[in-house]
Amino acid sequence: MSTTQAAPAAPEEAAPLPMRRSRLHNNERRAGIGFTAPAVLLIVVFLVIPVLLSFALGFTNARMGSMENPGFTGLTNFVRALTKDPTFWDALRNIAIFVLVVVPLQGGLGLVLALLVNQKIRGITTFRVVFFMPVVTSMVVVSMLWKFMYQKDGLINAITGLNVDWLNETHTALPAVIVMSVWQGVGFQMILWLSGLQSINHDLYEAASLDGAGRWQQFRNVTMPGLRPTFVFIFITITISAFSLFTQIDVMTNGGPSNATTTLVYHIIQMGSSRGDVGYGSALSLIFFVIVLAVTLLQRFLTREED
Amino acid sequence: MFHKKPVALASLALVPALALVGCSSQGSHSSGDGPLEITLWTHSAGNEGEMEVVTQIIDDFNASQDDYKVVRQDFPQDAYNDSVQGAAASGDLPCIMDVDAPVMPNWANNGWLVPSGLTEEDTADFLPSTVGTYDGEIYSIGFWDVNTVLFTRASVLEANDIRVPTVDEPWTADEFADAEKKIQASGEFDYVIDWGTGSSGEWWPYAYSPLLQSFGGDLVDRSDYSTADGVLNGPEAQKFGAWFQDQFAQGYASKSGAQDRTEFKDGKVAMHYDGIWEYAEGYEAYGDDLVVAPLPDFGNGSKAGVGSWQTGLSQACTAEQKEGGLAYLKFAMKDEYIAQFSDVTSLIPATESAAELTTKGYYGEGKPLQIAQEVSDKYGEVRPVTPGYPVISSVFEKGLQDIMNGSDVKSTEDQMVVEIDADIESAGYNN
Repeated sequence: MSTTQAAPAAPEEAAPLPMRRSRLHNNERRAGIGFTAPAVLLIVVFLVIPVLLSFALGFTNARMGSMENPGFTGLTNFVRALTKDPTFWDALRNIAIFVLVVVPLQGGLGLVLALLVNQKIRGITTFRVVFFMPVVTSMVVVSMLWKFMYQKDGLINAITGLNVDWLNETHTALPAVIVMSVWQGVGFQMILWLSGLQSINHDLYEAASLDGAGRWQQFRNVTMPGLRPTFVFIFITITISAFSLFTQIDVMTNGGPSNATTTLVYHIIQMGSSRGDVGYGSALSLIFFVIVLAVTLLQRFLTREED
Repeated sequence: MFHKKPVALASLALVPALALVGCSSQGSHSSGDGPLEITLWTHSAGNEGEMEVVTQIIDDFNASQDDYKVVRQDFPQDAYNDSVQGAAASGDLPCIMDVDAPVMPNWANNGWLVPSGLTEEDTADFLPSTVGTYDGEIYSIGFWDVNTVLFTRASVLEANDIRVPTVDEPWTADEFADAEKKIQASGEFDYVIDWGTGSSGEWWPYAYSPLLQSFGGDLVDRSDYSTADGVLNGPEAQKFGAWFQDQFAQGYASKSGAQDRTEFKDGKVAMHYDGIWEYAEGYEAYGDDLVVAPLPDFGNGSKAGVGSWQTGLSQACTAEQKEGGLAYLKFAMKDEYIAQFSDVTSLIPATESAAELTTKGYYGEGKPLQIAQEVSDKYGEVRPVTPGYPVISSVFEKGLQDIMNGSDVKSTEDQMVVEIDADIESAGYNN
């Protein structure tokens, strides 16, 4: 989710300005508002209003198809989620596992790949393109392909010589989805790390090697501190996108087997859309929002710049 | 005045944004001269045979009179119900639309569908499961019916000393268990039976609730549709759940199959459970060796899933369009079209007289698929006629998948009941 910030208003000038300046200034401001209006309008219509609506609907028994007079039900939906809905807890468990595994794995692998392709060898562009390819392929297509590969008579078993029905066994389904998700997204993290690497001033490396620092010491004392802002950015964006895991689940497993791969977003869509229980789905979204917000704030706190 | 340019340009950019906010899929209505346009939604996109017949009916109808012009919009079946849900929420429904039989009561209850105006006289010749009746009104009409049967091979049964089941004498539960054991022991097949659990969606309740009913359970208490307690989690339902789980635990069936269920044709399984639409392919593979049988009787009679897609009129029809829509329905109910549908789909024609007109040789006295009609008549069991059905369907699918994957039967069935009852309660269907 991106946040938009209104351009800061121009500070009030103490002294009256010459006429021409202020008119130009007003014109610029009008133009600025004009240019931002379309984006602001779209964000309000498609993001702000739905978000506010779902906050309100979470406290009602609104249903798809008869949205006219939803009745106010207070905290009923929230109580139901926390006490009468085992799928909710399964979803929470799965998403926790997913985030805890995918964030370090995808971030770390992305860094390794970035270091590998950040060299001046012939043909290195080819590698960059190959690693980045899954990112620009539609997630639905990638999920379909992996679904076939994970089948009992699929490619994965053919290569490994195993005979596992990956997506239909409770203990292998989530790991299978994790492997596929890490592979799909790692190219994007690689590009981010790469841009971080290339923004580090080259003189620092020269100075370090003059001081007799080896490869590892250079990495520890030049590269790592230089990558700090990139690290913070990647850490937080992977976490948020890992939380909203949905497409792979919808295409590959439908949350099964026995809730082994269901996630909060998948559960919200099942309840709110497929089963038409808009009120309950909204309540779940609200809970999801609070969880993601809390985790993100915690991350911001942990990675704050220590002055 | 140059300084005004940026503002003007920026406001231009607003135009598409505003257009996004209020778009509508309703076609323009010609007024006065020319025929009145009526939009029709079909779920058959991608199904060449069905599309061909639908197109033919619409063209013939438009050519037969000057008052109305039916305009077709196609949707793939998987996306159809979601599209209707979305359109209903934004007031964009078409006037004539397809509806899957078990979902009809829900749409009628939501007010999306309106009584079609068809009378009992109009539908007297139709199979009962093709007439969508709710609250004493006829809402929708189907041109064919489809039921579920077991496909197997006479030669395999004979080799393993298993009786060939008939419509009048289906296998008993014990006979079926014995047959599965024998076939498994023969070692000739990867699995005994392909239940079709690799498919998803409405197929689950359609295909497996008849098994549940054969054990004596049901999806919901049909006396007043107010609860699933006692029927979906009672002792009979638990027996069913345990039996179903066992089918996979014992290795009789695979949980996931080939994408298009080719195992039976390839000789990897001995039996195949499916809709009657599979007949043509099965016959192509095995000819007269192919056996079409009803499901085994697990104590409460053999059962078969019936009820399929139908067509009805929606709340979006103006009074004038509704007349046209009704005229279209009656036009499409002609025997020649019903026969044509049956010929391209191999499904059961909705009327006897249409069955006589079919040219494929599937239906009619002494024809191979006469059995499907008999199974429908004797064992057909429609899914619960209640607006709560879509949720019942989705809960049952998920719960039974969990049971298949080894979840505890009793607690899974109890949870299904909790969810179904919560939905009936919160929607207030019974108030």
